[in-house]
Amino acid sequence: MDRRQFTGGLLAGAASLPLGAGRAGAQGRGGTLNVIIQPEPPILVTALNQQQPTLTLGGKIYESLLKYAPDLKPMPGMARSWEISPDGLTYTFRLFPGITFHDGTPMTAQDVVFSCMTLLMETHPRARNTFRRVARAEAPDPLTVIFTLKEPFAPFLGSFDCTTAPIVPKHVYEGTDFRKNPMNDKAIGSGPFKLKEWVRGSHVHLVRHEGYYRKDEPHLDEIIYRVIPDAASRTLALENGTVQLAQWSDVEFYDVARLKARPNLAVTNAGYEYFAPLQWLEMNNRVAPLNDRRFRQAVMHALDREALAKRVYFGQARVATGPVASKTKFYDPNVRKYEYSLDKAKALLDEMGLKPGANGKRVEIKFLVPPYGESYQRSAEFYRQSFARVGIDLVLEATDMAGWASRIGNWDYQMTTNLLYQLGDPALGVSRTYVTSNIVKGILFSNTQGYSNPEVDRLFDEAASALDEKKRQELYTRVQQILVEDVPVAWTLEIEYPIIYDRSLKDVVTTAIGSHETFGAVTKS
Amino acid sequence: MDALKAFLRHPSGMAGLVLILAVLALAASAPVLYPESPWEMVATPFAPPGEDGMRLGADTLGRDVAAGIAHGARVSLLIGVASALAALVIGVTVGALAGYAGGGLDAALMRMTELFQTIPAFVLAILLVATFTPSLATIVATIGAVSWPPLARLTRAEFLRLRRREFVEAAICQGERTARVVFGHVLPNAVSPILVTASLTVASAILIESALSFLGLGDPNMMSWGFMVGSARSSIRQAWWASVFPGLAILVTVLAINLFGEGLSDVLNPRIARRRG
Repeated sequence: MDRRQFTGGLLAGAASLPLGAGRAGAQGRGGTLNVIIQPEPPILVTALNQQQPTLTLGGKIYESLLKYAPDLKPMPGMARSWEISPDGLTYTFRLFPGITFHDGTPMTAQDVVFSCMTLLMETHPRARNTFRRVARAEAPDPLTVIFTLKEPFAPFLGSFDCTTAPIVPKHVYEGTDFRKNPMNDKAIGSGPFKLKEWVRGSHVHLVRHEGYYRKDEPHLDEIIYRVIPDAASRTLALENGTVQLAQWSDVEFYDVARLKARPNLAVTNAGYEYFAPLQWLEMNNRVAPLNDRRFRQAVMHALDREALAKRVYFGQARVATGPVASKTKFYDPNVRKYEYSLDKAKALLDEMGLKPGANGKRVEIKFLVPPYGESYQRSAEFYRQSFARVGIDLVLEATDMAGWASRIGNWDYQMTTNLLYQLGDPALGVSRTYVTSNIVKGILFSNTQGYSNPEVDRLFDEAASALDEKKRQELYTRVQQILVEDVPVAWTLEIEYPIIYDRSLKDVVTTAIGSHETFGAVTKS
Repeated sequence: MDALKAFLRHPSGMAGLVLILAVLALAASAPVLYPESPWEMVATPFAPPGEDGMRLGADTLGRDVAAGIAHGARVSLLIGVASALAALVIGVTVGALAGYAGGGLDAALMRMTELFQTIPAFVLAILLVATFTPSLATIVATIGAVSWPPLARLTRAEFLRLRRREFVEAAICQGERTARVVFGHVLPNAVSPILVTASLTVASAILIESALSFLGLGDPNMMSWGFMVGSARSSIRQAWWASVFPGLAILVTVLAINLFGEGLSDVLNPRIARRRG
């Protein structure tokens, strides 16, 4: 029985099977796993900070109600089973018995209600997008949680992974200033590993949580996350076996092929299905000439995205076709295609009246380079060369992290690159970029480019509350067609981040959130 | 004329001059040698020297390293000379005012100069460039702003020395206007040490610009040597050529300017020149 069938079987049986029971004993216990963490996270409490390193590390400490198979189907997490009422309004979760926090207190339904409805609502934008739709959350007994929604929200079940809805202990946080709680340093969760020691600038040491509710887990004794700031040293550490695991952008794209060839290492692109990071050229739809749809279409034609994938990402990216990533639900490839064609791009620009001047330049556009490392800088240089061929003069502006965030958030830019998680469902990860109601000044990763189309708003709204999958597909197909015609942003690539691990490890990537997963099942031989 | 003859007989100074002329020639002929933009991606990424028609190899995006070096020469020299001029203008003005006027103005200007000297120049440069977003103009202004104190102190010392000399006092007694005294009598006699220091400032300006670009604080629209080294540094195990050759270009140019400057100093310094003659 492969994993897919196994998951399917679980779902059919209302998912009441205790996971992993059949596999105990067959695999070895013990061992130390060394992992790269880069950059060092500011805090380990995933409920308070959702930067990638925080999620990677905190995922071992904080668990949630569900996990997701690579095809995004929900699987039991701390919830052993769940039921949805026929009207799609009431979700009842039944928890595993005997779950404890790292300080020894039992984890109950009260903690779930407090985490979702009080703490996360204040501190976690992605979680808020889901839980603001909840009218009432109740804990009738310690092992049952009931959410009643205001109106149906189809992807509700898609928000219970350990990065979106980490469960924190109510007795530690209730009535305190969450962000300033001194217990944040202790990072008390209910995951398979607990914090032993954090030496800033060096490493974070996690050890087995003895009271973990899955009796045969965790298999590993300890996990040590090592901070290695230099890219070349990170690659070396993997090669010589000092660390056994790296994820996301830990390794430069051009180093991946070399690591793949090492006999001790395995490389996979699985484990990013939930996030399906989609990259685009963001264009401020408020300023001329970017406010003209023809200009944005010309940009799509002027970009040789295959070459971008090859030269900058060394093949670890796929050309994106539209606003929904190909691994995300309701993806539809049947939309207008923008092939690489300088003639089509020039024709569109001519039609707009943007004629080339004496020096061959039609217009000057300022491009704010995101300060997130090598591949963003190289991409910006790639864009500049590409657009020069059709007479668009891209002037690169360098900036720091705070400067980039503040200028994009406050709409003070012309063009930049952005990369967003898709979060498994268009209602969670896609609509936020395009709906009018999410044009919010000062908030990053909202509809910062200022695109507004009432028809798109209506389709996204309807699709979020529709319960029938077919109906949703129709609505999302329509919205993808409209968006690809309008090009509010120029979708470039679906980035295929790698997970690189030592072959002595087993079951590293088993779910759609990959290296963010709790790692209770990971073994080392 | 004597000085010129002496310089021609100065071996290391001449070596420096020849190298500088070579770099200038490279900069001047860059558009002819490499008519395409140095940013153009013309080869396979990381193509080694000799492959794909890349004499010095290609970098991570497949850009020609040789073209980058040729075009980068223009940027490095432009920034070096422009920044040195900026430093010269600030330094000589401050030094001349302080040295000639003396008194309270002198004290005030020198305390200000000392303030600048106590701050590490490169740290201040990073701060300034990061604050005023990197561009050609801000980089030149920044390097000028951190490089002028030695020039100011030198000019002041020369002015203090010359201020009490008989020919200057004579000029003042004859009722010549201050501006004429300064520009007609004092400055021409102070010019040779200032010239030597200024030429060395060009070298240090090129180094500062390279270091800023290396850290990613250069003008992102200009292909400079420092940028090339910085962007290729992380991939040095794949393509050593992409960082080594621009590094050599920086080394050779800075060395050449230093040799030239020292030669100039030897020739223009009356004591050493006499000893040699």
